[in-house]
Amino acid sequence: MAIDIDTARKVAGLARIRVEEAALPGLAAELSRILAFMEELNAVDVAGVEPMVSVTPMRLRRRADVVTDGDCQGPVLANAPEAAEGFFAVPRVVE
Amino acid sequence: MTLNALTIAEARAGLRRGDFTAAELTAACLEATAAAGALNAFVHVAGERARAMAAAADARLAAGPAPSLCGIPLGIKDLYCTEGVPSQAASRILAGFRPPYESTVTRQLWQAGAVMLGKLNMDEFAMGSSNETSCYGPAVNPWRRQGDSAPLTPGGSSGGSAAAVAAGLCLGATGTDTGGSIRQPAAFTGIVGLKPTYGRCSRWGIVAFASSLDQAGPMARTVRDAAILLAAMAGPDPFDSTSADIPVPDFEAALTGDIRGSRIGIPREYRMPGMPAAIERLWAEGAAMLRAAGATVVDISLPHTRFALPAYYVIAPAEASSNLARYDGVRYGHRARLGAGDGIVEMYEKTRAEGFGPEVRRRVMLGTYVLSAGFYDAYYNRARKVRTLIRRDFETVFAAGIDAILTPATPSAAFPLGAMEKADPVEMYLNDVFTVTVNLAGLPAIAVPAGLDGDGLPLGLQLIGQPWQEAALLNHADVLESAAGFVSRPAKWW
Repeated sequence: MAIDIDTARKVAGLARIRVEEAALPGLAAELSRILAFMEELNAVDVAGVEPMVSVTPMRLRRRADVVTDGDCQGPVLANAPEAAEGFFAVPRVVE
Repeated sequence: MTLNALTIAEARAGLRRGDFTAAELTAACLEATAAAGALNAFVHVAGERARAMAAAADARLAAGPAPSLCGIPLGIKDLYCTEGVPSQAASRILAGFRPPYESTVTRQLWQAGAVMLGKLNMDEFAMGSSNETSCYGPAVNPWRRQGDSAPLTPGGSSGGSAAAVAAGLCLGATGTDTGGSIRQPAAFTGIVGLKPTYGRCSRWGIVAFASSLDQAGPMARTVRDAAILLAAMAGPDPFDSTSADIPVPDFEAALTGDIRGSRIGIPREYRMPGMPAAIERLWAEGAAMLRAAGATVVDISLPHTRFALPAYYVIAPAEASSNLARYDGVRYGHRARLGAGDGIVEMYEKTRAEGFGPEVRRRVMLGTYVLSAGFYDAYYNRARKVRTLIRRDFETVFAAGIDAILTPATPSAAFPLGAMEKADPVEMYLNDVFTVTVNLAGLPAIAVPAGLDGDGLPLGLQLIGQPWQEAALLNHADVLESAAGFVSRPAKWW
């Protein structure tokens, strides 16, 4: 299936990646070419096949429901582009 | 011989004999690294820390029995978080990031006494097969075609690791392999690269690309060195629920050189049209070597092989789009400069457009598309069903008594940097054609250098093993390595 310019714009928006209007036709064409490659999968008969959800069949380990970590505000914020009063700081979200 | 050119096994013996100290060994590597700027393999050198670790290793060696890796200088792929040392997955979006924690695999290496020289170049977020998507610029292959000075790719994504090990800047390195990112660069640079079974090594603290495919592994100059490294890297980790709770065997002790009675499969679907004659010849020679060592070589079929690449390029971008959602300019790394009136959505969109390179943007958007409403079943779910069939192909041949599978590691030797610049992204993806099936099925596989092509460039063969049978796989690889007798090293030009 070919991706049109509107779909490319929508995908960029969902991915939260700014794509200038002028770059959208190129992006749409590029994604379409890759999707055409993926469409080889349509030649496989997958009737009755379960999708693979776990690489190795294993039961996830469980652990006691207790706090094992925390009280490390300093290291958590150390790499923040902007932090204030012990919080990550971002542009205004609520008017 | 200069100290930095030793194998890990040789250095281990030399350190214990007192022929040299860990400090001297580390100094030799740091010196070689400083003189190898043209390779662009190391992107953050941690000289002071390396010297301190080497001094501690010398004290430990003097005090009594120490682990095999004590005092051995290693390079670490930039994808691994190393405490206080820049770890940015070769991406602008993680510029300036200094992790406040250490990845499990590297922590285990340092506990075993290994010395960290610094961080190694790679493709951005491990997305690439030529190291050209790196924000640092590409690492360069120490190998060149005979009579030609054109710079070649060391492969990717672990291109810096491969270049550094091949050029003798470090004795071994860590890599990661999502679709071939350890094995293809190992083959391109004439070294050994092992992708363990999914779950053998903890992924905790390694920047995630595609979580169901990513696996850490060693890159080294010999099979024995890879076995020594894997022993320290592997093991269950409470911080990674997909790390397997099974014991780590003594991989080095498994190198008996005896593979008599072993059954080796040659998959007919790996015979690609247009495969270079040198690779076809090497593959046949490799089969003959294993046969000469007492193995039985049989033709096998893995019928869904040709669907592995398209399935991979649905699943990997889908997982990447989800994993990379965390790079939002809030908690770490780059944040775009905002204009007047810009809100939080503009911050996300500008930050990610500036911080991610073109290949990463492409894959994140592709992954977003295949997971979006209306397309999830057509692409993502179908790809996961095909993945089941690909794993079943392997299970079928293993159940029929095959111990290991022999294939070429790559469809070509190393190609010139820039050669794929104008190519369609899909053409670059074809580099993974022999390696990607293994990630989809979660199997262990190793690339072993086995010969040179007509231009004097190294070529590798791949052995694929049964799940959790890295020990047997390494033993087969050791036999292949000895029989092939590959000892060539790149002539120093840098």
